[in-house]
Amino acid sequence: MSAATNTSSRWTPYALSLPALALFALMVLLPLALTALLSFQQYDAEKGVQPGFTLASYALVLGDSYYYEIFFRTGWIAALVTLICVLVGAPEAYILSRMGKPWRSIFLLVILAPLLVSVVVRAFGWSLLLGPNGVVNHVFGAFGIGVVKMLYTPTAVVVALVHVMLPFMVIPVWTSLQKLDPMVESAALSLNASQWTVMRRIVLPQITPGLLSGGLIVFGLSASALVIPGLLGGRRLKMVATVIYDEYLQELNWPLGAAIALALLVINLVVMLTYNAVLEGGYAKRMGRS
Amino acid sequence: MRRTGPIAMAFHACVTVFMLAPLVIVCLVAFTPENTLSIPWGTYSLRWFRAVFEHSDLMHSFWNSLGVATVAATLSVAMAVPAGIAIARYEFPGRQALNGLLLSPLIVPHLVLGVAMLRLFALVGARGSTTWLALAHVVIVTPYALRLVVAALAGLDRSAEQAALSLGASHLTAFRRITLPLMLPGITGGWMLAFINSFDEVTMSIFITSPQTVTLPVRMYMIATESIDPMMAAVSALMVAVTAAAMIVLDRLYGLDKVLVGQH
Amino acid sequence: MSFLNLEGVSKYYGDFGALIDMTLSVERGEFISLLGPSGCGKTTTLQAIAGLIPVTRGRITLDGRDITNLPVNQRGLGIVFQSYALFPHMTVAENVSFGLEMRKMPKHERDARIAQMLELVHLDALALRYPRELSGGQRQRVAIARALVISPPILLLDEPLSNLDAKLREEMQFELRRIQRKVGTTTIMVTHDQAEALSISDRVVVMEAGRATQVDAPYRLYEHPKSEFISGFVGKTNLLPGTVLRSAAGDEAVLGHGQRVRVDASGFADGAHVTVCLRPEKLFFTDEARGTLAGRVEERFFLGSQWLYRVSTPLGELEVSAANDGSAPIAEQAAVHLAWADDVARLVAKAP
Repeated sequence: MSAATNTSSRWTPYALSLPALALFALMVLLPLALTALLSFQQYDAEKGVQPGFTLASYALVLGDSYYYEIFFRTGWIAALVTLICVLVGAPEAYILSRMGKPWRSIFLLVILAPLLVSVVVRAFGWSLLLGPNGVVNHVFGAFGIGVVKMLYTPTAVVVALVHVMLPFMVIPVWTSLQKLDPMVESAALSLNASQWTVMRRIVLPQITPGLLSGGLIVFGLSASALVIPGLLGGRRLKMVATVIYDEYLQELNWPLGAAIALALLVINLVVMLTYNAVLEGGYAKRMGRS
Repeated sequence: MRRTGPIAMAFHACVTVFMLAPLVIVCLVAFTPENTLSIPWGTYSLRWFRAVFEHSDLMHSFWNSLGVATVAATLSVAMAVPAGIAIARYEFPGRQALNGLLLSPLIVPHLVLGVAMLRLFALVGARGSTTWLALAHVVIVTPYALRLVVAALAGLDRSAEQAALSLGASHLTAFRRITLPLMLPGITGGWMLAFINSFDEVTMSIFITSPQTVTLPVRMYMIATESIDPMMAAVSALMVAVTAAAMIVLDRLYGLDKVLVGQH
Repeated sequence: MSFLNLEGVSKYYGDFGALIDMTLSVERGEFISLLGPSGCGKTTTLQAIAGLIPVTRGRITLDGRDITNLPVNQRGLGIVFQSYALFPHMTVAENVSFGLEMRKMPKHERDARIAQMLELVHLDALALRYPRELSGGQRQRVAIARALVISPPILLLDEPLSNLDAKLREEMQFELRRIQRKVGTTTIMVTHDQAEALSISDRVVVMEAGRATQVDAPYRLYEHPKSEFISGFVGKTNLLPGTVLRSAAGDEAVLGHGQRVRVDASGFADGAHVTVCLRPEKLFFTDEARGTLAGRVEERFFLGSQWLYRVSTPLGELEVSAANDGSAPIAEQAAVHLAWADDVARLVAKAP
């Protein structure tokens, strides 16, 4: 028999969610609002944060070429990481989905388990691998290639970010692949389609939502990464997150830091909303609600 | 299952090596007897692990992390269960918004949350307080707890609850004796996932910890930016070990792939 | 005053009537089936009696008490859900014990009742097993035991046999009846399987589009259906259009080609357009002299205990079933002659 309508009060769901709602209002909504206000306040190098309204911080963020350069660098690094994750993560997810029972779970775990290890540990591990005396350079040496400087260059940052972000790409693509009916692929093959055509015209269109979803997460997380650029990028390779860190904890120019942080948040949200609009529009109509 | 071609296998092997390499190297270097970062060939030593246990700052931050993570996981599950029931079982205005708000720490960069809370802490004088730090962690890990709780509820056979009601149970009794026990794997899985994520969290914590409340990952970050010696590797190896243990428990309880991939 | 009374019970979802004006009286100890295709309102009726859904209109009284507005956990009825709805984290014994615990029965009494009930359903050896360790048939018996152990005034069964395979279904049909007769509980069963309903019920309520269209004992229902739909839904039938011809010598219906058949035309006016129902087992093969209708066998199907023939006749294609008594069946394409006894044809109103 189907579920009965609840006879409990209208207020029950609100009462149930009240603790969580209260906490989040206090610890998420309020601080974000305060930060927005902060970004409009004045900063004096000697006296600290002053009351009063000013757009100076935003003017600096949006006008100064120094900040342009940083946003641009963050953007292309995040985009590159996303691209590599798509090119590596999607095929890997596909290969995993084709594996037999014990291996599939094992390797899925190998890919996903690093998510449970702190990013500090992972960044440190890469610094050991990519340093001038690191394992990778030893391997290069064995092949006759000289020492390649990777640490404290964008290369190290990109490699470590790909390592951290790959699971976030594999998960949505894997989920999309799980929903595929394997019989559909067999049907296409029985109609004389080549393996490549099946991939291109049957599999790819159905996993595209997963790719987009994963790409979004990867881009957003890469653009706001702090620890990896901090440990592997060195003092000169500034990204948005490390600049915010500097402003808040070293320069103590909190309004400026707040302005940059909010700019980052807004960019994240805009990209996310655009994605939702695209998804709602294109794919939902063609494939039915997923 | 179709046999995978050799190119695909080679590719897959590379990806596997890539994913495991940093963790393996860290565990190896942790056992080096040398004074500098090096891979132990043949001789192994536990000296750096001893150094970890003798390093009072590191140990202090370890206990901080443990305490904060336990409190954060417990509080977040305590809030996620009722909120999850509201979201999974009731239709009410604001349901989507509530769900979005409670999952927002997955979308809002931890960096932004960190500086935002820093501002709040500064205004209310919360900087040295472990309580406020724990509350911040609760917010960060609630999405993980909530998702597992909602998934557990969605997978429940509602007719079992109706059967209990038809046998004379009150709504509270039916919840206590039927719904809750059947949700337990999801709740426990949620707790563990929340614990691990809190223990690992660094980006937000960098901004809101004070010298007394520094957590282990933050301490490690501070050490790593200054001097690097094998002690860092030893701490890292210990963290990997703790994570591996937690993963085994999660897998027994719930199925690790289900937890990480989520029920879609 | 009968034991359970539904008076004008209706359930509307917006404008859609899932159940319309259901009026039914059930006597103590009766076994009633609610029979019909999906969407006919039979499950809605059961849910309303159980208290799982509120009714839009009407009254439900049980043993004189008005229970229309009582919540489900205060009605004390025994419900066997279609999916059995066993508590997966409790053993068989704990499942059966639950209702008794809610009634605050002391432990030693509970244990005695549980043992008695498990013996009744032949599950005493499996008391400590968990539902996941049981077969479908065993789980169903646990569900029945759990519902009956609380000695409910009414037992409600929601398609109890639909999840079982064919052989088991047959066995369980009779098992259900045996248990019900032994305990004597008034029982209402929902089913879409007419064979099931006919074989074990005292009365059958046929439902269509939210309404009860006929309430009768199984034999009467089968032999005297009140509509084309019922005659086709309950058992197989041949439907032939005809016109009533009343005369002093007896009533007849005139079919196509001047064929006449004797019927009971009471309730129909002379000259009325009707549908004549002839059940396949009522038709038999005979020789030309005694035959009423000539035809040719187009197809035949072997059903184990019977043969089903499709015979083309001047009146259209008719289905004829004959018992498999061991003699050779009639070949396809053979020319045959059909006949039937007087007064086996039934009249129903022509369907719109």
